[in-house]
Amino acid sequence: MITSPKVETKNLNLYYTENQVLHDVNITIAEKKVTALIGPSGCGKSTLLRCFNRLNELIVGTRIEGEILLDGKNIYQNGMDVVDIRRRVGLIFQKPNPFPKSIYDNIAFGLKIGGMKNKSRISEIAEKSLIDTGLWEEVKDRLHTSALDLSGGQQQRLCIARALAIEPEVILMDEPTSALDPAATFKIEELVTQLKNSYTIIIVTHNMQQAGRVSDFTGFLYLGKLIEFGNTNILFTRPKEKLTENYISGRFG
Amino acid sequence: MNIRNITDKFFHYFFLVSGVSAIGILFAIFVMLAMNGLQTFTDVSISQFFLSTRWNPSAFGEPSYGILSLVVSSIMVTLGAMVIAVPLGIGTAAYLSEIAPPFLRETLKPVVEILAGIPSVVVGFFGIVFLGPLIADVFNLTSGLNALNGSILLAIMALPTIVSVSEDAIRSVPKDFKEASYALGVNRWLTLVKITLPAASSGIVAAVMLGIGRAIGETMTVLMATGNALQMPGSFFDSVRTMTANIAIELGEVPFGTTHYFGLFAVGLVLFFMSLAVNLTAEHFTKKYRRYRT
Amino acid sequence: MKIKQLQQYIGFGILAACALFVVIILFVILYDIAAQGLGVISWSFLTEAPRAGMTEGGILPAIIGTFFVTIITAAFSVPLGVSAAIYLSEYAQEGLLTRWIRASIRNLAGVPSIVYGLFGVALFVRALSFGTSILSAGLTLGLLTLPWIITTAEEAFRTVPRSYRDGALALGATNWQTIWRNVLPYAFPGILTGAILGISRAAGETAPILFTGVAFFLPQLPGSLLDQFMALPYHLYIMSTQHHAIEAVRPLAYGTALVLIVLVFFLNLTAIIIRYRLRKKYTR
Repeated sequence: MITSPKVETKNLNLYYTENQVLHDVNITIAEKKVTALIGPSGCGKSTLLRCFNRLNELIVGTRIEGEILLDGKNIYQNGMDVVDIRRRVGLIFQKPNPFPKSIYDNIAFGLKIGGMKNKSRISEIAEKSLIDTGLWEEVKDRLHTSALDLSGGQQQRLCIARALAIEPEVILMDEPTSALDPAATFKIEELVTQLKNSYTIIIVTHNMQQAGRVSDFTGFLYLGKLIEFGNTNILFTRPKEKLTENYISGRFG
Repeated sequence: MNIRNITDKFFHYFFLVSGVSAIGILFAIFVMLAMNGLQTFTDVSISQFFLSTRWNPSAFGEPSYGILSLVVSSIMVTLGAMVIAVPLGIGTAAYLSEIAPPFLRETLKPVVEILAGIPSVVVGFFGIVFLGPLIADVFNLTSGLNALNGSILLAIMALPTIVSVSEDAIRSVPKDFKEASYALGVNRWLTLVKITLPAASSGIVAAVMLGIGRAIGETMTVLMATGNALQMPGSFFDSVRTMTANIAIELGEVPFGTTHYFGLFAVGLVLFFMSLAVNLTAEHFTKKYRRYRT
Repeated sequence: MKIKQLQQYIGFGILAACALFVVIILFVILYDIAAQGLGVISWSFLTEAPRAGMTEGGILPAIIGTFFVTIITAAFSVPLGVSAAIYLSEYAQEGLLTRWIRASIRNLAGVPSIVYGLFGVALFVRALSFGTSILSAGLTLGLLTLPWIITTAEEAFRTVPRSYRDGALALGATNWQTIWRNVLPYAFPGILTGAILGISRAAGETAPILFTGVAFFLPQLPGSLLDQFMALPYHLYIMSTQHHAIEAVRPLAYGTALVLIVLVFFLNLTAIIIRYRLRKKYTR
């Protein structure tokens, strides 16, 4: 079904202190496709997402078993450079989190910490990222004003532009539209569909319509287990599992 | 490993070492006090040191190293200070946190901060030029430099600590407690006295302990305002010499490496343990009141 | 019912009287020193050295000495204190080590200043052979100030939102890059406020410098860090208790006290203004 896997988890278990949060998750993420992770809140979908760029490690008491393969290499293997992994796998947060710097500096941040010094090159990349996220026309005259003055939707697109600037291979999105109004949500969804031509995208959402609109594949998680995974159209119309059917028909959640 | 990760590792250890240095410094202070202070006891018996009231290291032929009068003086001046500062401090804290309108609170808090910022030597000077003559006048004494003067000044020094920590404690009392009391028709005063203050009591005890710590370790004010007579104090009108003042007066004059020199470090060691005990007690009570926060 | 109201009336009155009394204490201290000290302050008082057995002249060497020793204090305690605060807020995980560090800091804050003085004598003056000097005194004051700097700096770090850190890490920044570029700049005003307040306290301290470097009177200004120095708080102590003609030099003592208070207030005010601006920035 998935011919070119970009990311794969193998028997992934995650514990937070005494509690097991993820149980034996095996999922395959197709390259240059959008994969949605759905499930009721607390099911572990955001936790799973943050495993893909090892951001879970920041939470004290988190322990992981199993493997996550990025292009066939286990990112949790000893000697893997976590900084390098995070540059290859970007993350968009639930709440837009631009830094309290100028719009330009927000985008330049990732490039500068990566060691890029060439100013004109940075400007070029910044412009391209803003064009790609459809923000360029809106902000080109005020690149050096504070990013905090942008609207919520603009801030989120800026965060996406910031992630794109360092040319990741995979983009993780953690309920990227939950803090936005419908118009801004629509723009982000449009952007996601567009971005999948160049990037592998994994999006966590509590909104099933959104999953249906933007994703090619969907995984349904419940109580830390991957209950069902498959082609989005099939999963939403002919779910194999009773639990999935109950969830998508709105009987719990 | 690239340069970026090496830098990252380097700073990780650098910060770790900086953090651990706090333990190192406290330990070093203890070791240094002990190494010097304990040498006193090669010449002086432990019982003389703690039980004799005679501190006279330079007495011809028969020097003596009894710190009892110094310890009693320190404790007496400190307790005197607490008699003044505790009711005043808790009253002020209660007023600030429960009664004062917001604008008044915002003006009064800097007052407390400014009071905390006045250098101790200035407070001591105030004791000499203002409080001393006043005490001498009121009580008809020849000199106003005595334990009472020291106590009042130490009360002033300890007040900001007591006010700010108690205020914090009173404000940490959950609203529900008070609202439940109001709902039963109890007025604000009785709620404050019967509900809020008892609920904040462990924090207030912590505040008092920290105030005691501040007072017992204070040097300049007592050095300047208590007269420094080496004697067992009989009343608050007597001139007294505290442990801190004794170190300050004598350390400048003693030859290095003598029993007298080590004796002063031994006094410092006693002082160190007293402040440690006071602080650990304060910490115990702080932990108790912080539980409301979670 | 009436009695209870009366009770409340009296009770609140007593508490308000407590608060008022604290204000009066501050006012009386400040008034007494300002009223008697203002007349003494003049340009020559601030810019001349003491003359005629310190019965005339000014306090310039004491001002300069305090300034120098304060710089050493800051140079030692701020970098070390901020580093320790970074460890506690950015790296430390709950555990035995962290608990020990925190307990040590709280207990260091409670160690009497004269004990720091003893430590300074044994370590800096004797063991490290810095002698009685600006360096020894500055480092001793630095140790005394350290717990305050660590505590206030850690608070400043904690006001920086979590998302600034996570956002940077998600872009592939190392911990150090995150701290340096995305945490430290935003904690800086808070750190500065705490540092200034800490330094202002150090500037007014006397007991720790008594035996580590301060001098009664020096005919010339210190030429190096290993020289002794005069300092404002010690000068006030001398002028009010140790001078051979105490009554005669009382006005000079008042003047010194006023200068010391103004210096400390000026530092405090700077800190308060920075804090006020900071608060406005974060609530925007």
